[in-house]
Amino acid sequence: MFPFNFEWIWDMSHIVFMGGLWYALTILGLGMTYCIIKTIFDIYKGDSHHDQGHH
Amino acid sequence: MDSALIPNGVRRCSINKFMIALAIAGAVLLWGVYAMFLCWFKGLNQTNMNDYYGFALWIWADLAIIALGGGAFFTGFLRYIMGKDELKNIINYAVLIGFICYSSALLILAIDIGQPLRGWFIFWHANVHSMLTEVAFCLTCYFMVLTIEYIPLILENKQIDKVPFFHHLSHNMHSVMAVFAATGAFLSFFHQGSLGGVAGVLFGRPFAFREGLFIWPWTFFLFTWSAAAYGPCFTLMVTKITEMVTKKKLVKDNVVELLAKISGWMMATYIIAKIIDTYYWANVTAPSLGFNIMHFYSNNSFYGLWILFLEIILGGVVPAAILITEKGRKNSLARNTAFVLAVIGVCVNRWVMVLQVMAVPVMSFDTWALYYPSWQEVATTILPVAYGIILIMISYRYLPIFPQEPELNPVD
Repeated sequence: MFPFNFEWIWDMSHIVFMGGLWYALTILGLGMTYCIIKTIFDIYKGDSHHDQGHH
Repeated sequence: MDSALIPNGVRRCSINKFMIALAIAGAVLLWGVYAMFLCWFKGLNQTNMNDYYGFALWIWADLAIIALGGGAFFTGFLRYIMGKDELKNIINYAVLIGFICYSSALLILAIDIGQPLRGWFIFWHANVHSMLTEVAFCLTCYFMVLTIEYIPLILENKQIDKVPFFHHLSHNMHSVMAVFAATGAFLSFFHQGSLGGVAGVLFGRPFAFREGLFIWPWTFFLFTWSAAAYGPCFTLMVTKITEMVTKKKLVKDNVVELLAKISGWMMATYIIAKIIDTYYWANVTAPSLGFNIMHFYSNNSFYGLWILFLEIILGGVVPAAILITEKGRKNSLARNTAFVLAVIGVCVNRWVMVLQVMAVPVMSFDTWALYYPSWQEVATTILPVAYGIILIMISYRYLPIFPQEPELNPVD
């Protein structure tokens, strides 16, 4: 639901609930976007992480 | 045949053996899928739910696997936020188990709503006064987090890792995993709590109703606490089962003991809070609503005081006592018994808070509503188990789930 939907009311419940959802989705979206863009840059630069362990 | 896909430095069973095991689990899965499609195409009349008894067996399974999947968020919290570095050796498996639990929970909800094509209504036409809306939001977002945590594991497959884009992507996702783990811990706190909150705010059901803090009943905090306490026990129990099936040591004892110790202390503090909550409910809350404790545990053929004993003493006090003592943790038999008891304890807690709540008579003319699930409910409840076994089998075979496995099981 977005503020332009007919059901939307500018009250605390809508702001907290829907705001929380968008906030979480934004963090996840930005995090993944950062990873993908950095990956493209890494490939372009030819960086290698082969010797670095993960986990 | 598939040796090119198997991680370096480990040994796996033959492909034929693997395929036979996969076929057995797959047959159970297909049975569950058949029942699921019956529920979708013929409707919820396939279940034994009715207007009085609105929670099917799978809702208990849903709450139980969400609690058991709590091992992922709490282990992630300990590893990435609290800096418990040893847990890097079990975090992959915790994530995989969490992924299975949460994808299963969403699948169960998709069956439960009866009309899965309208599943998006909860996001678009959200009832912002419902704790279940918050649960749906957090479950969905946290499932995304678990998917993001699981993807780098898939990308570490020997063949996929050869592709430069996937190799770099895996590395970059690992480098920002703390952000995702923190988001996951935040989301988990709220959805685990709200699942407990749903029971606690039922003022028309004195068995579940609790007082609390502001808008949150005590069950809100108890559910979050119990998921963080018992979830790691499930991770450790499944790890032990995997070790028994594969006949290999996969995680070093110091890692298991560390997680068991933290889980034990969480459980000990939780069970003290739970006992206080139960005592206050039995002596103040329920009497204030016109009930005494024996009303909830008598005059029926199933629910007695034994279930309270099983949940709190056998499933709470005993495993906590074992895991907080060094002697108990170091004894393999005692430790594994504690894991099993803890898993039973949290499952019984969710059973009580979902199914017993519905069964207890509320009105003076009511009788106990004991509930017998239909075979479709049983099949769809077993479906996630078969799905989980299959995903674990495939992941274990082709992905480096256990970083210590090559060291503990050197290949000649």
